[in-house]
Amino acid sequence: MSDTATPATAPRPAAFAGFNPKAFTGSLRDYGMILCLVGIVIFFQFFTDGALLRPLNLTNLVLQNSYIVVMALGMLLVIVAGHIDLSVGSTAGFIGALAAVLMVQMGLHPLFATLLCLVAGGLIGAAQGWWVAYLRIPSFIVTLAGMLVFKGLTLALLAGQSVGPFPPDFQKLSSGFIPDIVTGGSLRITSVLVGVALALILVGSNLRRRLGQQRQGFTPEPMATFALKNALVAAVIVAFSTWLATYRGLPNVLIVMFALILLYRFVTSRTVIGRRVYALGGNEKAAKLSGINTERLTFLTFVNMGVLAALAGLIFAARLNTATPKAGLGFELDVIAACFIGGASASGGVGKVTGAVVGALIMGVMNNGMSILGIGIDYQQVIKGLVLLGAVSIDQYYRKR
Amino acid sequence: MAASPALAVTPAASPILEMRGITKAFPGVKALDNVTLAVRAGEIHAVCGENGAGKSTLMKVLSGVYPAGSYDGSILFDGEERRFSGIPDSEALGIIIIHQELALVPLLSIAENIFLGNEAASRFGVIDWPVVMARTRDLLARVGLDEAPETLVTDLGVGKQQLVEIAKALSKRVRLLILDEPTASLNEGDSAALLTLLEAFREQGITSILISHKLNEIARVADSVTILRDGASVETLPRAAMLGPDGRLDEDRIIKGMVGRDLAHRYPPREGVAIGEPLLEVTGWSVRHPLHPGRLAVEDVSLTVRRGEVVGMAGLLGAGRTEFAMSLFGGAYGQRVAGEARLRGQPTDLGSVEKAIRAGLAYATEDRKGYGLVLHEDIRTNVSLANLPGVAAKGVIDEDRERAVAERYRERLRIRSSGIDQVTVNLSGGNQQKVVLSKWLFADPDVLILDEPTRGIDVGAKYEIYAIINDLARQGKGVLIISSEMPELLGMCDRILVMNRGRIVGELSADEASQEAIMRAIVTSGG
Repeated sequence: MSDTATPATAPRPAAFAGFNPKAFTGSLRDYGMILCLVGIVIFFQFFTDGALLRPLNLTNLVLQNSYIVVMALGMLLVIVAGHIDLSVGSTAGFIGALAAVLMVQMGLHPLFATLLCLVAGGLIGAAQGWWVAYLRIPSFIVTLAGMLVFKGLTLALLAGQSVGPFPPDFQKLSSGFIPDIVTGGSLRITSVLVGVALALILVGSNLRRRLGQQRQGFTPEPMATFALKNALVAAVIVAFSTWLATYRGLPNVLIVMFALILLYRFVTSRTVIGRRVYALGGNEKAAKLSGINTERLTFLTFVNMGVLAALAGLIFAARLNTATPKAGLGFELDVIAACFIGGASASGGVGKVTGAVVGALIMGVMNNGMSILGIGIDYQQVIKGLVLLGAVSIDQYYRKR
Repeated sequence: MAASPALAVTPAASPILEMRGITKAFPGVKALDNVTLAVRAGEIHAVCGENGAGKSTLMKVLSGVYPAGSYDGSILFDGEERRFSGIPDSEALGIIIIHQELALVPLLSIAENIFLGNEAASRFGVIDWPVVMARTRDLLARVGLDEAPETLVTDLGVGKQQLVEIAKALSKRVRLLILDEPTASLNEGDSAALLTLLEAFREQGITSILISHKLNEIARVADSVTILRDGASVETLPRAAMLGPDGRLDEDRIIKGMVGRDLAHRYPPREGVAIGEPLLEVTGWSVRHPLHPGRLAVEDVSLTVRRGEVVGMAGLLGAGRTEFAMSLFGGAYGQRVAGEARLRGQPTDLGSVEKAIRAGLAYATEDRKGYGLVLHEDIRTNVSLANLPGVAAKGVIDEDRERAVAERYRERLRIRSSGIDQVTVNLSGGNQQKVVLSKWLFADPDVLILDEPTRGIDVGAKYEIYAIINDLARQGKGVLIISSEMPELLGMCDRILVMNRGRIVGELSADEASQEAIMRAIVTSGG
């Protein structure tokens, strides 16, 4: 006890140079969330007699949750910046309605209509972001107003009716699968190849980064851990794509989602603008005095959120193949819950893209698993609410220690 | 032995408090190692030591924040051994701590704050307002605060808020009052008033422990001083031993005890630095007060900072110095109504913080935690924050370069930490300040404005900060130091500007400057 202080001050052996116990517990928390997801998957896989991970259901799982994941990417940035966006569900519903009006009623080309819708989403985000960033109205209030406004506008746009069906080209956004070049056989070869390629790219880029760090004289983690982690990730990706390939292959929307996840992971962890969002949420005054245009940055996070909400609205509309006045209802709750389950802090400055994605998957798997088990929508909500509270409490507990 | 009035009160009073052999360990660190502290009844007992010496930990042990059993050693109060399991236990005996960060609710009134948690209420929780108000008035009179009990705390200055805290302590029938660096954020006038109040309390029989870095305060009021270093008590000096042969405080002896070595000079010398051409020239700078339209927070300020020059800015709290600096630094305060700035002789647009940084200006804030650092982020992230493009290419951060930069400044400024991945919230004040300085050094400015660069920092770290400032001057940068500690300005600056009520009311060369001359400039400027 009395000599515990000595080793801490003594120079550490060379093998441990650069080893940081804090970073280790930090990543343990990240893994904790993934372990939690794995646990939930195993639980439902067991109690649904293997129905959860059947290729058909897995495909459904992806399709059902893609729009939540897409919005969670934007919401994470909003939350890290120290704000909240309650309007994303309404915005998604409104954009779905707009898409229906443009494509079904006005007969616009799907590609053109899609672009218009994304721009409209950006404008909605800009309109709300302006109040938040420049007039300093709390985002909770601005987006609560936005939620009501766009829910109302959705009703008005659709005149209370469902509008559909969408042109087939547009439906492919959600219900399409990547085409198979080598036809025949029950296995979609292209999908498998895409999975293998993805795994190789991921491992390759991790390896390159590690070698770069070693050149600079940093040893981030032991080779064994690194190899194990990468092998595991690669194996999961290949297994996942091969498994889906036994059904209809990789859904288009999965590719879109995956690309976006990688993009936002890169933006948040490696770019100047990403770093500034964290600084803004961590200490706005310090960020401002460090030369960061905090107003513009806040504004941009809302614009970005608007575009992603629009994309989510399009994916959802394409999946249902119709725009309904009820579309998007309550999405914001799942999206915000995903971010918080994934370790984002309600006071800003803290949160990771991978966390938000894992959080969204936890919610998604629970929704799907409980539906298969025949648990009613009533108790599903109760359970989801408790899981949110539990996850955040556990996170808080470990953060304090 | 000089017949000190302080000693005359209680020449051989028995100890009211004895802490014996206190040892408190945290995982990996021993915060306190066999510390002994004996405080006599009715005295003002100073406790001094560098940041991290264990002063706060010791007080937390005393107040029960660390409950009995979590430390070794014993606490005797009134001659009886006490085992506190929480703050309520120690407060019940009249041991009250006033922390450096005040624990007041800004939007409640003085009266509500004083009786918060201790409300004068009926059995059913209904507050008896007339009683509360009357008692508040009595308490405010005792601390000499002339404010209505209904006044909101947020409308009071820091000095007056401190008095509210003390009034709150009095309401709990305090017997041992512990003040943790009470004057750290007070100006000279308020500090003096606070010390006078402590002396008045001594006459009423209240014992005080004063934790302070400021040797002049210790010299003024303390009956004895205990020096801590690295978690151990070095020595306790009675007043007679604190004083040198000339009857003044033997500062060197105390400093030596605190840092464990002789500091040859409190201020490192800066010789042979040539003062060159003007780097920053400001003329007629006026700023509108953001809360009081029609009033100016800064009025017609003109100044010049030259290459290699260290210029000081003296003044009382609220003189408008920080307001001027922040307004100059990209309009981060108020709204400029007049004035022009030139950098390196060129008229420069300082319309935003970004522009100001790019033009070669840096402002290190007086409020490290509030405005300087992203506290939950690590050293590396904080160092690069003001110059991210400097470690990035095409908007993508080169993490290896960023690490190298942070590592370089960590070594150069001797930031004591486990590594550049350490989160800044856990650093001591001095090391936090070094991180803030690193951030601005990496932005590579020509002119640095340092606002209270050594506030709340211990003597050893102060010396290091001064050495850094000298280095900057040697490298041909211009430095403007805003400080409420006059000795610091006198020790460091080539020239001192005096500010009062938003205006510059005096300019003194190093030869003319003295505390008296500065005060004279302030007082005679009237207003």
